[in-house]
Amino acid sequence: MRGFRFWGLVPAWGLMVATLMVPLVIVALVSVAERGAYGGFAWAFTLEPYKEILFSEDWDGNLVFDPKYLAIIGRTLALAAATTAICMALALPVAYVIATRTPRMKAALIYLVTLPFWVSMIVRVYAWLIILGNDGVVGRAWAALGGEGTLLFTSGAMLVGMVYSYIPLMVLPVFAAIEKLDPALLEAGADLYASRWTTARRVILPLTWPGLAAGAILVFVPALGTVLEPMLLGGGKQMMMGTLIQSQFGGARNWPFGAAVALVLMAMVVLVLIANARRAMRKEARA
Amino acid sequence: MSTQHDVRHYPGAGLVTWAFFLWLYAPIAVVIWFSFNENRLVSVWSGFSTKWYAAALENDALLGALRTSLTVAVTATVVATLVALSAAMVLTRHADLKFRRLSETVVNLPLLLPEIVIAVASLILFSQIGFTNGLARLIVAHSAFCTPFAFLPIRARLAGMSADYEEAAQDLYAAPFTAFRRVTFPLILPGVFAGAMLAFVISMDDFITSNMLNTGGTTTLPVYIFSLIKKGTTPELNAISTLLILASLIIATLALAISARAMRRG
Amino acid sequence: MTRGKAVEVFNVTKRFGDYLALDQVSFTIHENEFFTLLGPSGCGKTTLLRMIAGFETPSEGAISLFGTEIATLPPHKRHVNTVFQSYALFPHMTLEQNIAFGLENLGWDKARRQARVAEMLEMVHMTPFARRRPAQLSGGQRQRIALARALAPEPKVLLLDEPLSALDLKLRQAMRDELRELQRMTGITFIFVTHDQDEALDMSDRICVLGKGQIQQIGTPSEIYEEPENRFVADFIGETNFLEAEVIAVEGATARVRTAFGFEITTFQKGLTGPGRATLSLRPEKIGMEDQAAGNLLTGTVSAKNYMGGYTHYTVDTPAGVLRVSRRNAVSQAQSYEIGREVRLGFRDDSARVLAQ
Repeated sequence: MRGFRFWGLVPAWGLMVATLMVPLVIVALVSVAERGAYGGFAWAFTLEPYKEILFSEDWDGNLVFDPKYLAIIGRTLALAAATTAICMALALPVAYVIATRTPRMKAALIYLVTLPFWVSMIVRVYAWLIILGNDGVVGRAWAALGGEGTLLFTSGAMLVGMVYSYIPLMVLPVFAAIEKLDPALLEAGADLYASRWTTARRVILPLTWPGLAAGAILVFVPALGTVLEPMLLGGGKQMMMGTLIQSQFGGARNWPFGAAVALVLMAMVVLVLIANARRAMRKEARA
Repeated sequence: MSTQHDVRHYPGAGLVTWAFFLWLYAPIAVVIWFSFNENRLVSVWSGFSTKWYAAALENDALLGALRTSLTVAVTATVVATLVALSAAMVLTRHADLKFRRLSETVVNLPLLLPEIVIAVASLILFSQIGFTNGLARLIVAHSAFCTPFAFLPIRARLAGMSADYEEAAQDLYAAPFTAFRRVTFPLILPGVFAGAMLAFVISMDDFITSNMLNTGGTTTLPVYIFSLIKKGTTPELNAISTLLILASLIIATLALAISARAMRRG
Repeated sequence: MTRGKAVEVFNVTKRFGDYLALDQVSFTIHENEFFTLLGPSGCGKTTLLRMIAGFETPSEGAISLFGTEIATLPPHKRHVNTVFQSYALFPHMTLEQNIAFGLENLGWDKARRQARVAEMLEMVHMTPFARRRPAQLSGGQRQRIALARALAPEPKVLLLDEPLSALDLKLRQAMRDELRELQRMTGITFIFVTHDQDEALDMSDRICVLGKGQIQQIGTPSEIYEEPENRFVADFIGETNFLEAEVIAVEGATARVRTAFGFEITTFQKGLTGPGRATLSLRPEKIGMEDQAAGNLLTGTVSAKNYMGGYTHYTVDTPAGVLRVSRRNAVSQAQSYEIGREVRLGFRDDSARVLAQ
């Protein structure tokens, strides 16, 4: 049985090394390789793919600054941040209301929050495609109110889809944090002459902060790499980093450039995770 | 006590919550509703019909995609659950293990990294080493990203279970494997089941990786649905989506009910 | 009477990283003995029990069971059984199945198993509950089933890890008698771990007091209480007054000392070799008050009084220091002394003990 200590972990390590770590090293190598003549790549060492993110060649073959990819990175960050913020704002009242119900009701409502998460992501995004389309419920309401053009294929449509996709990941940790609150704390707040909103701001919010922070990571990280919302609701016109990477391995076929963008995305995610780990460690050190 | 003085009550929060649940379920309801639309155009209601379900069930491409998805999901679930179970046993029962934190992070790695990056990485690796069997490629990739989903409920169950039971079993002359088979495994079974269910659903739902690794012969259900959406929305697509929604809801309810029952008993 | 050696612990040391849990511990437990490991939390008593059970391996030293070395055997190959503090009854098995579990692993045939399970259920008066599951039992019932399960395989030694700590006060008292009775009936060696001195004094044939990873004293309950080996034991078991003393002469087991009160007494000593400073230990119930004062006399002022029902605790300030005195409330309107009152105290030479500092 002592050997199990070692052998029990071998399958997990083996699987992750073979399907994640080795491939990631190869992606890093490809990101500094040369573009193949017919797709694919040729081994080399060049920083060309990274330069392409910032510059493009003009008619004379000179490199000039070109913000088109930077705009995609900016849009990705902005949409992920907006998604996280909206999820936080929405999750607080919802999680609070759920947490203050009877135990039976609580279980039922949490079940209802998680349930859509089990439904295929593509079906959930497709549903919004129908609703926001020109013939859809919301689309027609928009037209009737005198709205210009279509709702689909805009950043707004993508944002709605992303919030819809990731909201359960925010509600659950916030709910867990609020549920742990001792109701006597609210009474103590009221007893010490605080209004409801003062209690919310000075008692509930600070104590719910760890749940919000956990939810923010759970939402922000996958939102950065999201693919389906920009592909379907953004209609391919409003690119995000996920779709940019995807397209380099499909039609455009510039693997080294795709690999370089993938590494930039990875770096962004790792930065967020490191920041979060440091925050958690500081908290641990204080406790 | 009147609500007037209930310090736990926040005016407006209830309304937001109701609106939230409406917003959460309206899209799903719309998909289901229009799947019974007789009209060819998705959003123009002209009468009730189940003909799109009949069309869906006769669609060979759909059934083929379903078969591929099931093959991949079942195999990946078995692999992921076994890998996760074995890792969870080691990680929860040996506090003094070297590299324990690192190993936990490694098992959970697919949750931390953007799926699109992993998908691209797998595609490059597989094409470099000449791994061309489409189905096998999908199974390997799915097994990896399903592992943390199987791992988390199993680990939670093991961590919540006192080590006393295993020690009691060994104290009563059970060899380590007997102790596992007769005591540990039956006690963590709800966790194993929940983990396997989660892994299965995650694999069935996956689009990004399956799309990236698709070789043409191995179109999974979400990839097939995506190709239909690209061609335009149709009521048949709604019928297929509805069937998928129902399947997901049944599996989710089953998994949650079983783990809830186990919690009450424990 | 000579009895066989059930368990021998020889020079056992246990380290957890840098922490020394047990330091060179040696003792022998006899056959058919009710042996208690007593000490404050963190003293190493549970670690010692777990090493005998096989859940921990000694860093150094040897443990033998009826002459066979077992220190490195896995738990399932040792013929000892444990009653866990949490009972650890398997929640997915009925009581019958719980009791039969060990017998199945030992390869007993079905008929023998069934007979033994029935016998065990009978022994702990739980026969009607055979088909129930642990969740349906009360604390005391779980305790009985845990005992039945551990005794069923006829272990050579039974290990009990604070088995009474999860029960409420009344039940605990009843279970003490039941446990003691069970030990006499079965004739199995019991090794009992507790931090509760009342339990230890009440039930044990011998007590091993552990402190700071070392054995402080091994002896019968009265030896431990009346003749503590050192300050640690005198302080941990019961209550006592410690007073400074000056050793004048040591004569074998006795010593003549000058007390802080000024007079000299001659009484039993532990750990002294010659003149020097020492500690006098004087139990509160061995000091007489007013009408009960006898022997060496002194006076003091009552500074606090705690009425405890069966007895009253007085704190008395004397010129030599504060003394705690307890007085039994033997008759219903027992004499009570108010705070501020001057009282006469007295104790006999041989009710005090002289200990090394």
